[in-house]
Amino acid sequence: MPDPSAAPLLAVRGLDAFYGDIQALFGVSMQVAPGEAVAVIGANGAGKSALLKSIAGLLRAPRDAIVCEGEPIGGMAAFAVAARGIALVPEGRGLFPSLSVEENLMIGGQLKRAGPWSLQRVFELFPVLAERRNLPSTALSGGQQQMVALGRALMANPKLLLCDEISLGLAPIVVRDIYARLPAILAQGTSIILVEQDIVQALKAAQRVYCLQEGRVALEGATKALTREQIAAAYFGV
Amino acid sequence: MSDSKRVRVVFESRASRIALVLFALGVIALAAAPYWGGRDDLQLLAEIYAYAALASLWNLLAGYAGLVSVGQQAYVGLGAYLLFALAILLGLSPLWALPLAGIISGLVAMPVAGLVFRLRGHYFAIGTWIVAEVFRLAASQVSLLGGGSGTSLPASMIIAIAPSRALRDAVEYWVALALALTILVAIVLLLRSRYGLALKAIRDSEVAARCSGIDVMRTKVLVYIVTACGTAMVGALIFLQRLRISPDAAFSVNDWTAFVIFITVIGGIGRIEGPIIGTIIFFVLRQTLADLGTLYLMMLGLVAIAVMLTAPKGVWGLIAERFGFSVFPLERRVILDDGTARK
Amino acid sequence: MDWINVIIQGVLVGGLYAMFAAGLSLIFGVMRLVNIAHGDLIVLAAYLALVITQTLGIGPLTALLIVVPAMALIGYLLQRILLNRTLGDDLLPPLLVTFGLSVIIQNGLLTVFTADSVKLQAGAIEVDTVRLAEGIYVGVLPLLQFAVAVAVIGGLQFVFYRTALGRAFRATADDPAVAQLMGLDNRHVFALAMALSLAVVAIAGVFLAVRANFDPSQGPARLIFGFEAVIVGGLGSLWGTLAGGLILGVAQAIGAHLNPGWQILAGHIAFLIVLAVRPQGLFPKVRM
Ligand SMILES: Nc1ncnc2c1ncn2[C@@H]1O[C@H](COP(=O)(O)OP(=O)(O)O)[C@@H](O)[C@H]1O
Ligand SMILES: [Mg+2]
Repeated sequence: MPDPSAAPLLAVRGLDAFYGDIQALFGVSMQVAPGEAVAVIGANGAGKSALLKSIAGLLRAPRDAIVCEGEPIGGMAAFAVAARGIALVPEGRGLFPSLSVEENLMIGGQLKRAGPWSLQRVFELFPVLAERRNLPSTALSGGQQQMVALGRALMANPKLLLCDEISLGLAPIVVRDIYARLPAILAQGTSIILVEQDIVQALKAAQRVYCLQEGRVALEGATKALTREQIAAAYFGV
Repeated sequence: MSDSKRVRVVFESRASRIALVLFALGVIALAAAPYWGGRDDLQLLAEIYAYAALASLWNLLAGYAGLVSVGQQAYVGLGAYLLFALAILLGLSPLWALPLAGIISGLVAMPVAGLVFRLRGHYFAIGTWIVAEVFRLAASQVSLLGGGSGTSLPASMIIAIAPSRALRDAVEYWVALALALTILVAIVLLLRSRYGLALKAIRDSEVAARCSGIDVMRTKVLVYIVTACGTAMVGALIFLQRLRISPDAAFSVNDWTAFVIFITVIGGIGRIEGPIIGTIIFFVLRQTLADLGTLYLMMLGLVAIAVMLTAPKGVWGLIAERFGFSVFPLERRVILDDGTARK
Repeated sequence: MDWINVIIQGVLVGGLYAMFAAGLSLIFGVMRLVNIAHGDLIVLAAYLALVITQTLGIGPLTALLIVVPAMALIGYLLQRILLNRTLGDDLLPPLLVTFGLSVIIQNGLLTVFTADSVKLQAGAIEVDTVRLAEGIYVGVLPLLQFAVAVAVIGGLQFVFYRTALGRAFRATADDPAVAQLMGLDNRHVFALAMALSLAVVAIAGVFLAVRANFDPSQGPARLIFGFEAVIVGGLGSLWGTLAGGLILGVAQAIGAHLNPGWQILAGHIAFLIVLAVRPQGLFPKVRM
């Protein structure tokens, strides 16, 4: 069990983030401990993707607003953040259509960071991908594409995995199937931030939760300690 | 609006009205140039008008319609060759041949548009260049007009313009001034028309423009043809003044495209005033650095690159931003009759 | 016999055009950039080879060992310092900057080397011929050039589809933002693509210089031939580009055979016909 009092793997402090002139985040703070799974929930437009993009380096951020293992990484280029072991599974999966399934995975591993994950191990986690390794990624079903996106991120052997709405557009049974693989990932010591609109799965998988509302943290706490009513209030802002 | 105040739509602002008056006074002074200037002055001024017109036309094409062509020399050369052909082969007076060359070039531009518009974006640019090369190579196959080495306008034709040399210089000068002004006014009117609004909408967002019922392709083709027509007339005039034509000179990419693009970009692309300012800068620099030859062209290229990367709105963009000012106002302002203006 | 010879000559020249085209096609595939200075860079490579062969006293083919890495380095720096800054939604900056570059290179060469045409001497190999069949002889040099062109296209195909670099190219072309999440620095990837493009340019430039006289004004025509080969072959397909180059070469050879003044015109007309009847090219493939 991860120890929340240990030095955080990631700390976000008072982060403001912008899409051009539009401010998407207002003073957001959060922490992730090593090996911990944290859920970030919130309605559409709450700023969940903005938070993950800021961490991953796709949105500008003040240097000290994001700290990874004690080192400020805010505003660092996305490729440099990736090299530090933070991998984002982007919303909508973002597979490369002109690459085959296997090539999509290989490009995830092109940084050659050491760690438990390899093509072999990813195929063990998602056996269906091994059968389809030579197909173009576009030829797969939505759930399988999501597995490729997850596998691609794992290939970088990240310390922290950022998942942006991995349940988006998938049938509930497929969502359950994918969530069933998360413990195997956590077991390797990887921390996960799970961004979801569909909160049931996320709350089950995570130890702690942050609820975003209009770009601000409306509620945070251990998933077990919070009631449905508290979460509903923070989610819908009623 | 709940209360029924009366509303007017106007283009002008006070500053632009003053500027327009100054502009008109300037035009009158320039029109009188044959009375105060020498032959060299007239030639230089006519060349300035030609470049201002070419740059304004390219600006309409690239800056307003987003059609970045590097092949407008096709129409400079076509207009020039048509003028020579109409004059030499059909015996038409050069002054009549000039507008006719424009019209024929506009007609030629239609099937050409059908071809080059199949290429998008960057590839359109190179496609236009190939068209210009085809015209050049075709022109050098016309042995009646001297083939690859070109030909001269016969003396009888030259005399047909005006009997004395001084008068001829003056006539050609006035034609040059009139042509440049006509082109400038035509561009302003076009941009103020519904086509201008369509172009602005297309520039803001092509998809949105298409959704709001603007026929994007038709508008662009129209601009392409109008530009071809104007460019051809300017080309015809330039070579009427030179009295000699050859394929390499008439279809020169350096003279009719490189300079024109650099002028427009340095002056300020996408603004009416840009090409004019650019032309002035171009000639001031050229008169002072005349001896540098190819170095001048390289320097101009460097400056244009630097402008594009650091101040993409050009010199006029910088001026207009600082002073909030334009001579040829294109923006509509809605005036409530209580005197408040809104954009 | 006559016509067979004409077509063979056209095919052999077409290989050179395919090399012009391959570099152009490569950078368009990776970063949607059309480099108007492409032809002038080919001529620059030719002059570079001229200077190197003269100062070091080595043959043109040996000079490739220097010209290729030198041009690749120029390409890397050009992209990294200048051209990366022009990429974006707006078409104008890349067009204008590469057009400006074209004018600068062309006039720079003119200032240094004058407008006189020059040629690289390759020695005995220039006049060697082999007999293909009764009455059909081809020069060893054109044959070598053609073989190199096929090898270059094959090599590019290999790099693009079989190596990590090619994977990075294709991923960045697909989605530059997501590619960054994989640890790829777009600016570096684009610069590598330009380096590779100019490495091909270097090879093309040296063969151009050995084949015939050249002068500083020839760049734009090389750009246009390359471009025509790309469009005729179909966007995004390297083997299509080779086919496009060959078709262009044969069209020019036929034109020249009918009337020496029609050589270039015939190529342009072949291009315009393809554009009119089959604008997607003969062997299109939407993405590289
Ligand atoms: N590309 C964009 N440009 C401008 N505003 C954006 C963009 N993407 C999202 N936004 C706005 O930023 C806010 C946060 O968006 P986002 O982070 O995508 O929310 P979520 O992922 O929680 O649905 C929303 O108000 C949204 O409208
Ligand atoms: Mg989102």
